[in-house]
Amino acid sequence: MESLLITILVTSVPILLAGTGELIAEKSGVLNLGVEGMMLTGAVAALGSVLIFGNPLAGIFFGALAGILISLIFSFFTIFLMTNQVATGLGLTIFATGLTGLIGEPFVGKTISSLPKIDIIFLSDIPFLGSIFFKHDILFYISILLIIAVHFFLIKSRYGIIIRAVGDNHDSAHSIGYPVKKIRLLCVGFGGMCAGMGGAYIPLVLTPHWSEGMTAGKGWIALALVVFASWLPFRLLLGALIFGGITILQFVGQARGWPFPSQFLNMLPYLVTIIALSIISIKTRSGNTLVPSSLGKPFLENN
Amino acid sequence: MYKRFMKLITFLSILITPFLLVNTKALAKTTKVGFVYLTTPGDHGWTYAHEIGKQMVEKEFGNKVKISVVENVPEGPDATRVIRELAKQGNEIIFTTSFGYMEPTLKVAKEFPNVKFEHITGYKRSKNVATGNIRFYEGRYVQGVVAGLMTKTNKIGYIGAYPISEVIMGINAFAQGMRSVNKKATISVIWANTWYDPVKEADAAKVHIAEGADILAQHTDSPAMLQIAEKKGALGFGQSTDMGAFAPKAQLFASINNWGPYYVEKIKQLRNGKWNTGDGPNHWPGNTWGGMSTDMLLLSEFKNMPSDVAAKAKKAHDGIKSGKIKIFAGPLKDNSGKEILASGKELDDGALWGMNYYLDGVTGKVPK
Repeated sequence: MESLLITILVTSVPILLAGTGELIAEKSGVLNLGVEGMMLTGAVAALGSVLIFGNPLAGIFFGALAGILISLIFSFFTIFLMTNQVATGLGLTIFATGLTGLIGEPFVGKTISSLPKIDIIFLSDIPFLGSIFFKHDILFYISILLIIAVHFFLIKSRYGIIIRAVGDNHDSAHSIGYPVKKIRLLCVGFGGMCAGMGGAYIPLVLTPHWSEGMTAGKGWIALALVVFASWLPFRLLLGALIFGGITILQFVGQARGWPFPSQFLNMLPYLVTIIALSIISIKTRSGNTLVPSSLGKPFLENN
Repeated sequence: MYKRFMKLITFLSILITPFLLVNTKALAKTTKVGFVYLTTPGDHGWTYAHEIGKQMVEKEFGNKVKISVVENVPEGPDATRVIRELAKQGNEIIFTTSFGYMEPTLKVAKEFPNVKFEHITGYKRSKNVATGNIRFYEGRYVQGVVAGLMTKTNKIGYIGAYPISEVIMGINAFAQGMRSVNKKATISVIWANTWYDPVKEADAAKVHIAEGADILAQHTDSPAMLQIAEKKGALGFGQSTDMGAFAPKAQLFASINNWGPYYVEKIKQLRNGKWNTGDGPNHWPGNTWGGMSTDMLLLSEFKNMPSDVAAKAKKAHDGIKSGKIKIFAGPLKDNSGKEILASGKELDDGALWGMNYYLDGVTGKVPK
């Protein structure tokens, strides 16, 4: 039971990180469907840098950096050339899938050392809970702290309010004098960084390997997760655990001989997201707006 | 400048021509051979084993063969395109090295009746499509023996790719080996629904260990399962090639697929004009299904086990190789207790390919 819970927690980290980044980007009004591609880029960069520098911590740094860099391509097209965000995001994922396959070719079949585990003093000695929550790698702790930070940042801080204003109505925000494009560039960059780290987590902790397309749809799950969480950070954390849990449960179900097909559990995250979407849509009609109103709309400065 | 360049080209061409002529003479006897790979040799599993086989062909025939390889070919319409292209390029014999290439191979074979095709691990043949396969299940019987002796929790975790008869007969052979030494242990199976996805294979391995399994076996292609076993202090078996480098403390032994002798034999047949799948139903003469007795299946060194276990494993290996041990001999019962085969009989190859049940020792049911 204990190791099962640990496995679920660890499996949730990549989608939690990527979801955190995408949440900020979407809050600023940019829908980046390139999460899967950015995660792959982070994964290949992390693995490559560990092979080169021999230090798993370098993997975190270069994974994040690669995520930021590839998100700049997306920002350049959508924010400055005002291309369609959906098409550009899809393009980014397709592009990155091919690019990472090319970059990753020499890494195939090589293994790296995983991120070391850090036991948190005192807390890790708590029976049961200690070994579940406080005996993990650094990136695990970062992902949890990050989502908490994002929650308070969005609700309490001035900058958080500005980001939400830009995402809700970019024209008004612009007329008050906020640099809409700059803010969005930063938010998408943050999204790229988080997705890069989320991708990096896969070779650094889950499977010390590179294989083409190894994120295997985790980026799409992260996108669904943001919608499921209705753009609320703590709901995102909960959702990540549920979605991660479902991924592991489909194997547990098989090992224990549960009488329904594993494909059904595979489908669940998306089904749950559709349900969440319909609930949000009903709530929006009754006046409760959770969706950033300018989400996906290009901002034209002289308009 | 341009003129000088052209002069240089002409000069070089004259210089090279005699070599070209010599070369074409040699080419006249050259057999063009094509290979289609599912992943890259870097998978260190299935495709790597084929690469080793291909290298044996190069060593045997030298410049008498010209080999073209296409890597990373997905099973499905892409495969048809790649195989057709290889046939168009004049390859005389084409080895398509994955189960999912069966239909694409048959389709292209119809368009190129003069090209010979060798499809690896399928069951459909035609006039110019033969099949090659290894009795992988023989190695799994030995795995079962070792697992049965080594397990402390009496729980074995097995990761399968797809619930097809080839994988199921492996699970059942494992169960037979395990039951020959241990009446209490059980095997639980997780289907990854993929041949190669390190992340999924790792997840499945983690779940098996969390559920109490201390010995893991796999019928998928990557070393991910063994790496997880190494990390978590469990033991397991390598697949297709020796994966000891990935898990020096966890790998008990690996079943090694040895395709080389089969490739060499088939190319020899082609060069002598003897390649043939016969006219009978299902073209049986075109079926190569070798195992330990023909050295198509080898076992790596027994490691991380006490010497008495290793001795018993070797005995099982020798017994299968000499034919003394019959893996699927009656009495056989499925895991619900229904009789499959009466005492004194043995399942034939046809029955193995029809397996859609688990034998005693495996938990759960085969997914429909």
